[in-house]
Amino acid sequence: MTDLVAQGLAEPPLIDPRKSFADVTAEVSAPLEKKPGMLWKVAFGISLLLTLQFFAEISYQMVKGIGIWGLNHPVGWAVDITSFVFWIGIGHAGTLISAILHLFRQRWRTAINRSAEAMTIFAVMTAGLFPLIHLGRTWFAYWLIPYPNVRFLWVNFRSPLVWDVFAVSTYLTISLCFWYTGLIPDFASIRDRSTGWRRAIYGVLSLGWRGSERHWQHYERAYMMLAGLSTPLVLSVHSIVSFDFATSILPGWHTTIFPPYFVAGAIFSGFAMVVTLLVILRKVFKMEDYVTIHHLENMNKIILVTGMMVGYAYATEFFVALYSGNPFERFTFLNRAGGPFAWSYWIMVSCNVISPQIFWFKRFRRSLAVMFVVSILVNVGMWFERFTIIVTSLHRDFLPSAWSYYKPTIFDYSVIVGSFGFFFMWFLLFCRFFPTISMAEVKSVLWSAKKTAAGKEKEPMAEETVHA
Amino acid sequence: MLNPFSRKPAPSRGVLALYDDPDKLLRAATLAREHGFANLDAYTPYAVHGMSEALGVKKSWVPWVTLVMGLTGACLALTFEIWTSAVDWPINVGGKPMVSLPAFIPITFEGGVLIGGTMTLAALLLACGLPNLGKPILDRDLTNDRFGLWVPEIGPEWNEQRVINVLRGTHAQDIRVVRV
Repeated sequence: MTDLVAQGLAEPPLIDPRKSFADVTAEVSAPLEKKPGMLWKVAFGISLLLTLQFFAEISYQMVKGIGIWGLNHPVGWAVDITSFVFWIGIGHAGTLISAILHLFRQRWRTAINRSAEAMTIFAVMTAGLFPLIHLGRTWFAYWLIPYPNVRFLWVNFRSPLVWDVFAVSTYLTISLCFWYTGLIPDFASIRDRSTGWRRAIYGVLSLGWRGSERHWQHYERAYMMLAGLSTPLVLSVHSIVSFDFATSILPGWHTTIFPPYFVAGAIFSGFAMVVTLLVILRKVFKMEDYVTIHHLENMNKIILVTGMMVGYAYATEFFVALYSGNPFERFTFLNRAGGPFAWSYWIMVSCNVISPQIFWFKRFRRSLAVMFVVSILVNVGMWFERFTIIVTSLHRDFLPSAWSYYKPTIFDYSVIVGSFGFFFMWFLLFCRFFPTISMAEVKSVLWSAKKTAAGKEKEPMAEETVHA
Repeated sequence: MLNPFSRKPAPSRGVLALYDDPDKLLRAATLAREHGFANLDAYTPYAVHGMSEALGVKKSWVPWVTLVMGLTGACLALTFEIWTSAVDWPINVGGKPMVSLPAFIPITFEGGVLIGGTMTLAALLLACGLPNLGKPILDRDLTNDRFGLWVPEIGPEWNEQRVINVLRGTHAQDIRVVRV
């Protein structure tokens, strides 16, 4: 009986135990060692073009001012801050996978953590551009940093916008440290199988790592410490982003639910982006043996759970607004669901709350086509969530004479598609030049899979005691 | 490298035994230690569970750096916020107290994480003596699919034949004397 229960609960192997350690090195390094295919080149070309028009737009906007966007009173924040919050949120899934799942000993993370962390870094880089270009006079961006200056002024540390500067820059720095620490042993593996200039470059990147146990001992502990620091960090970053709104007095922003609501939404959208990227990556770079349907199914489960958390937050927010007895609060929410921007609210609800419900069915959780479509819908929905929060709360403020409707211009669209181009450009470069799967970690999972497979053939207990 | 600050001359040669399986390496390491060979090291493609216990490697001190530097960073950030807001040029913002402690907490926390995290990486590199591009690579497959046990020369009475004889029964794929 207990055996049957154990069998039912047993996880399928994370990797085919018949693979050898050398197979892992060879297959993960393969995309780095040959010329990229046509698909990569076309994708890179498109993202490069989008990035170029992005920077052309930014240059033009620096000359003309942010009035070229559809921003006007009372909607002073729109596409820029929406995209900032969206991209920061995308990044959070990477840290969740790499740090929180590491602390919880979820070993299925090993196949996906590298690409998810890369996604974090590129998403935060993309996000960081938006507050800068939103400043209008971007060349004064260094005023955000407290430094001794001739004006004898310091930044106002009571302002959540200043907290944001520290949170986002810390997040980028620590994510980079964490990512690079993970990459060191893999760079060494690539160094040891290559020759010539490639060996020299990966040799420098590996810092001379040789896999000594005395080094692994420090490495494992340092990695654990970085995971431990990143876990509260990721929660703090989106909480602080939400403080940008929550500490204001605007109805629709001024709510205490914002920090957990934003963090859940960030993880939700980030996981959707990981699924989008991995469905493509595993196909293009032939990583189906590493990023299995089982991995993707696990992520879809998280999308289902966080999607419902987000849906619950929408309901709570609405209920509290109606129950509060505050006419302004009540109006803001009725205006969201039934006002001029109702289309955006209902895009958000249908994409974020309704579309992930399909993942209750195992068949759809394991279908690549379904998960790809749902992950894109969730990304669209999460972009519109931020748009709804920001724009609909602003466009009808306390004085009806000031009400207006936000109409994006071509430049608003240009920065949105441009930011996607910028993000994908970096991600494609990463896939081409860096190992997209953590070889060292996958090898340790592979060894466990081999032992489990061997144990099923022979007596399992004896094998276990040897390893323990 | 035991201690990056030590000036002891590095061993010039040692015995390298290569295995295709981490369990064989673990058994060989235990055996080598029972025979009293010192300064053992293992070279593995990934962190093998139980390896440092088998070799008798001391626990890493890196977490202490994280703790101390994390607290230092938090204290520095809080001190800086209080100094700029209440001492260097106190400005009344919206009637809030000069030392608005709750408002200073987010940056205090971020400061702790920033200094703690970057110093953890720095401590890791220091502890491992990295970057170290000059040190020879014992075998190219040690970062791929081979698990190596390294028994270095210690003192003039060190006898490589004795080491080889002990390791012969450990199912090694290859046992060789390497000069470094």
